Amino acid sequence: MSDLKMQIIAQLNLQDTKPEDIGDDQPLFVEGLGLDSIDALELIVLLQQHYKIKLSNAEDGPKVFKTVRTMAEYITAHQAQNA
Amino acid sequence: MSNDLYISASCVITNHVVSKNEQSIFENKAATLPDFLVSVYRFLNIQYPKFHKMDNLSKLGWLANEVLLRNNFDAAKYKPDETGIVLMNANSSLDTDIKYVATTKEMASPALFVYTLPNIVIGEISITHHFKGENAFFICNEFDAGFIHQYVSNLAYNNILQCCICGWVEVLNNEYKAVLFLIEKFKSVNSIIFTKENLYKIYQLQNG
Repeated sequence: MSDLKMQIIAQLNLQDTKPEDIGDDQPLFVEGLGLDSIDALELIVLLQQHYKIKLSNAEDGPKVFKTVRTMAEYITAHQAQNA
Repeated sequence: MSNDLYISASCVITNHVVSKNEQSIFENKAATLPDFLVSVYRFLNIQYPKFHKMDNLSKLGWLANEVLLRNNFDAAKYKPDETGIVLMNANSSLDTDIKYVATTKEMASPALFVYTLPNIVIGEISITHHFKGENAFFICNEFDAGFIHQYVSNLAYNNILQCCICGWVEVLNNEYKAVLFLIEKFKSVNSIIFTKENLYKIYQLQNG
């Protein structure tokens, strides 16, 4: 999850944030990291660029991008499916 | 007519120097534009994480506004819709437009796309300070002090605005210049009369 946190920081330009500042189960949006709707789009781009994962169902977004852990679980599950 | 309006404060950022009310307050000659803008942000000791997500045009205008208003602006004097922003430049958002088009060859960047309009800098300033007054961003070949003077005077004399932040914010590649003015209806200790001549005089400070 540390790599994923670094990718999130780079993708979203969170210059004052270190990987250890982001809790595994900390909410990414509104409270917690305080991301916004443009950040959500950038996270979709991150999944496509780094993991070749296309989020086909927009309704999955809130569930997938809830925390770093839910993102990591989604990536792992997707990679296992395509292995 | 113009004697009723005053330039309460000014800020010029260009050639690696930040000036407030015609006095240099910060300089960082060695930096590239992105590094220079971050160094100004650090110098101002502000905590505003969204700054890092802005494009260079918004960063420059936002920083110039922070310098302009610091110690010279009493927000309590005005309702949110009484303070407006009128800006101008020659190259619109071209600096970011070019960068955005480059990303579309692989994967278009949503974070860049939202800055492909010049008036986004007005939005960033307005969000930070809760300004809801009239605003406009004009594209002109060069700084047109006469037009700014006339436009802002019209807004003030028709009581559309009681206070206006106006001026020039330009970025293209590594060339940049921001010149902002705080225009108010009352005379303060160091204010000068709002005329096009005074706008030009300050604009030409550290001309670059």
